[in-house]
Amino acid sequence: MGLRKMGPNKRNLAVGAVMALMTLGLGVAAQAQEMIRRIDNPPPGHPLPEIISGYEFRAPETQALQDDDFDNPGFLWVEQGEELWDEAEGKAGKSCADCHGDPAESMKTAGAEYPKWNEKLGKPINLEARINLCRTENMQAKPWKLESEQMLSMTSFVRTQARGVPVKVQIDGPMKPFFEKGKKLYYTRMGQLDMACANCHEDNYGKRIRSDMLSQGQINGFPTYRLKWQKVGSIHRRFKGCMKQVRAEPFKPGSDEFTALELYVAYRGTGLSVEAPAVRQ
Amino acid sequence: MASKPRVKVPKKAEKGEIITIKTLLSHKMESGQRKDKKGNKIPRKIINKFTCTFNGKMVFSCDLEPAISANPYFKFNARVDEPGTFEFTWVEDGGAVFSTKKKIRIG
Repeated sequence: MGLRKMGPNKRNLAVGAVMALMTLGLGVAAQAQEMIRRIDNPPPGHPLPEIISGYEFRAPETQALQDDDFDNPGFLWVEQGEELWDEAEGKAGKSCADCHGDPAESMKTAGAEYPKWNEKLGKPINLEARINLCRTENMQAKPWKLESEQMLSMTSFVRTQARGVPVKVQIDGPMKPFFEKGKKLYYTRMGQLDMACANCHEDNYGKRIRSDMLSQGQINGFPTYRLKWQKVGSIHRRFKGCMKQVRAEPFKPGSDEFTALELYVAYRGTGLSVEAPAVRQ
Repeated sequence: MASKPRVKVPKKAEKGEIITIKTLLSHKMESGQRKDKKGNKIPRKIINKFTCTFNGKMVFSCDLEPAISANPYFKFNARVDEPGTFEFTWVEDGGAVFSTKKKIRIG
């Protein structure tokens, strides 16, 4: 059954079940904070009639895996990130904690706000780029490779601090041209299959593509533990996978193109709770 | 990635209570069926055995095969009649052993 056709009764039932579980106190730590996974009235000018988290498109078994912080394999990376947070590295002999202190306080909203404007570079940067800037400039350490265990661990850890916080990225002011660039990429048909992001994730979400259910392609759950990958992966890795699937030549992870696209896709999920580390299939 | 095994055991239980134990180990579970970019076979390296003992007595054990996916997760029940220690071990191909312990009280 398509998700869009799901009646209000079904949804209420699901909410009821979650509440019952909470009363019983059955390991729903992840749900301690109310998660916004569906917005029925997006702000004016938003391209979607409703904003739905990828969580809602997955099977109950996959959702259960995400809901329990112990069962969720993404937490292996979160825990690793927690250790790295306190680890001093580089010539400056500093760790993340030396500047940022308690991550629960200092990183409370960061995970919901990236990509963010960087004055010095004159362009928006994503969380990965911000972490590497901290490493090279403040710690005088080597930057981490994108998709390295360290980078995935740190981004998972930082974004998890913002769990439950609604996504809100800046799109006006200096961000405007990059937002427009991302939007253009989103609607540009590419590759041998001649498909744009919008063809799947705007025109056909909630329908099946062979055995898989198309989501809106929201990125509020990243870094996401993907069962197919058997590990967590970044937003740019997912973008790359999508581009390969339409048989296009992917942009490079960390490139300005992907960062612009990340900005635009983050905007499409405005108001959804950050739910990193999400579990997807 | 070398991280500590994750194990969830309640801190205390009633005498005779049946508790649920969950374990998760981060491991690649390289099946031995894959090839690297040059076409060479990547040697098999999996966790081939998992055991859980309570005060030295076997509670649960199983053999793992190459088709089991990465980061093996186990969930099982055990009856607790006395206070003691659960010991968990994972044996990797080549003989390396990962292990951890959890204590449980009665009352």
